[in-house]
Amino acid sequence: MKLSTSSAPHVRSKDTTRAIMLDVLIALMPAVIVSTLIFGVKALFMMLFSMISAEIIEYICVRYVRGRKDFKPDFSAAVTGLLLGMNISVAVEWWQLLIGVIVSIVLAKQVFGGLGSNIFNPALVGRVFMLTSFPIAMTTWYKPYFYLNSADTITAATALGTLKTAGYEQVVSKFSYLDMFLGNIPGSIGEVSFVALLLGFIYLLIRGRIKIMVPLSYTATVLIFSSVFYLIDPIRYGTPLFHILAGGFAMGAFFMATDMVTSPMTPKGCIIFGMGLGVITMVIRYFGGYPEGVSYSILIMNALVPLIDRYTKSRIFGTIPKAVKK
Amino acid sequence: MSLLTFKGGVHPPEKKLSEKQSIKRLPLPQTVFMYTSNNLGAPSKIIVSVGDKVKTGQLIAQANGLISANLHSSVTGEVVEIKKLVNSATGMNDDVVVIKRDGDDEWELLTHSEDFLSMSSEQIVDTVKQAGIVGLGGAMFPAHVKMMIPKDKKAEILIINTAECEPYITIDDRIMIEYSEKIITGIRIIMHAIGAKKAFIGIEDNKPSSYECMKNAAKDYPIEIARLKTKYPQGAEKQLIYGVTKREVPSGKLPIDVGCVVFNVSTVYAVYDAVINGRPLVERGISLSGEGVKNPGNFIFRIGTKVSELLDYVGLVEEEKIDRIIYGGPMMGIPLINVELPTFKGNNAITVLTKDVVDNRQTKPCIRCSRCVHVCPMFLQPYLLKHLSDSRQYDAAIENGLMDCMECGCCSYTCPSDIDLVKSFKTAKKVIRAMKQRRP
Repeated sequence: MKLSTSSAPHVRSKDTTRAIMLDVLIALMPAVIVSTLIFGVKALFMMLFSMISAEIIEYICVRYVRGRKDFKPDFSAAVTGLLLGMNISVAVEWWQLLIGVIVSIVLAKQVFGGLGSNIFNPALVGRVFMLTSFPIAMTTWYKPYFYLNSADTITAATALGTLKTAGYEQVVSKFSYLDMFLGNIPGSIGEVSFVALLLGFIYLLIRGRIKIMVPLSYTATVLIFSSVFYLIDPIRYGTPLFHILAGGFAMGAFFMATDMVTSPMTPKGCIIFGMGLGVITMVIRYFGGYPEGVSYSILIMNALVPLIDRYTKSRIFGTIPKAVKK
Repeated sequence: MSLLTFKGGVHPPEKKLSEKQSIKRLPLPQTVFMYTSNNLGAPSKIIVSVGDKVKTGQLIAQANGLISANLHSSVTGEVVEIKKLVNSATGMNDDVVVIKRDGDDEWELLTHSEDFLSMSSEQIVDTVKQAGIVGLGGAMFPAHVKMMIPKDKKAEILIINTAECEPYITIDDRIMIEYSEKIITGIRIIMHAIGAKKAFIGIEDNKPSSYECMKNAAKDYPIEIARLKTKYPQGAEKQLIYGVTKREVPSGKLPIDVGCVVFNVSTVYAVYDAVINGRPLVERGISLSGEGVKNPGNFIFRIGTKVSELLDYVGLVEEEKIDRIIYGGPMMGIPLINVELPTFKGNNAITVLTKDVVDNRQTKPCIRCSRCVHVCPMFLQPYLLKHLSDSRQYDAAIENGLMDCMECGCCSYTCPSDIDLVKSFKTAKKVIRAMKQRRP
């Protein structure tokens, strides 16, 4: 009898990387559907195009450029692609998006060593690259349901843009909380509907696919930070709830910051990570040149993850905590 | 009462295929192979030679040093050979005394007494030492060494480990159901010997029958049942102590340093058998289970019986379906090189795993999901230790607690990228120990 003698454990949980990635894709589906309704067929095309091209580019990279003959797609590139496709304005052209996808997959991911080795969230690197390369297209926002209207003006400012240029009174007159909650506002394709993203987040939570401390501490920090500034000057800074519902916060907190590869390993580290995100996001929103700071806050905190990991190791069972040695 | 447990761990499918099968005694084997390495520590010293006639329970090799144990013949017959045989656990060749059985089972008993309360602590410990009892949960640590409490320490609590948290294994469960009274007597003997005033029997909540049985049997004594959550590795000594008492055994220290002594329930039964009946440790209970076994069950067998002979009684499925056969359970078990190898004192199970149960999946890159960090019952950073071990940064690995790793395998089990973390740790620990020996 021929017996296998590899070492213990001899059984493994059924979970796989591919299953995790598929769950993230499923979690994004409510937002994909809502976004298609709000921004039309072009939005759907952009999201699918981005998702599929990302997976193809990754396959070419790994299979032919890096020469891994046994490579089986794990759908991590599809997640990156879909997230990038959801984080752009519907005004962007397909070839501009393709350049963004190539930057995401090749520059931000494969150059670092592929899945698991990248320091920065690939979708956000792609998005920021597009923001600096195609600033007009990336910041031209279409009104919801623009494809149904034949009116002359189909573009509008986002809620955060309005806050930056015109103050919170203007925001109140144009955007209700309910509109922001449902997604009836101008913005990036996938980020407008808070409720759709929340549904996806709950799905990930139930499936245990998320580092829960990241969105919790991120949300708490944004709420506390914005409450303080709301008390200082409500007209200039807006309400705490507004800052949760507006812009890319839901997308960032639920799907971008929680990216496993680029977030810390310990619960304590995740809390610190989330606090950093909250502070940087709000500082950019209040005082920065851009109306929105979610993307930059995540990229900045990504860079600090190795440092956070180093200083937040848990106490080993049976030892008393001691200062981290250099 | 709420369920007691520890932080971390995993919950693999329990698969207790043999939990309803009562314990059967297997027929005597024709030949037994007694390893001198049947205990943790120094191998015992052989005192018989080829051609000697031996009885069941007769000493054939004696303890050789402080941490070592006696070894007895498990059948009545003749020593036919003393040779080297490969030991699956270490991969080294160890001395083996081969005894061929002839005729009936004639016992050579130790001095024994029903009235253990009139025996002194030293007398009981000496009987346990004479009987060659080792930890039967698998570690095979000499039991008498554990029972000798250092002068400056005090054994407040005796904890009986019945967690049996590995999948498939059911023998401790059955022993508690079928030998409840004897187990309680065994516990009282050990309490008397080590001077413990209180004992806890830790039982996982997936064993309701043994909970009832032990509760009934224990009601007149200061023995309490601690109900534990069914979780792996609940039976790991430090995790069990934490679950029952909320005391943490300091890193590098022993249970006695927090006033606890832990015994496996099968060891307790062996102590009972030695002190009351005078029978040395030559037989024990075992679960023969796994999808590769036709009729999984629980048995009492003579130590040193060949694995192939044991498996003949339960029957195997088609050969091409079998992937591996292991000593113990699937989480920490040791794979057999071939089925013609003998059994040890520490074997609580032989598990036959089929190809559809074992996942021979390809390792993929780490996606930093942090699950290994969450499940590690020693609160280590397995992903980091894996990196440090593989890149041979041994000093950094030791600083990050590599030596605290007990190789329970939770990290490898839970990893969605199928990374063999424990394998790296085992290799690194071996290298570190070898380096220490070379230049202390």
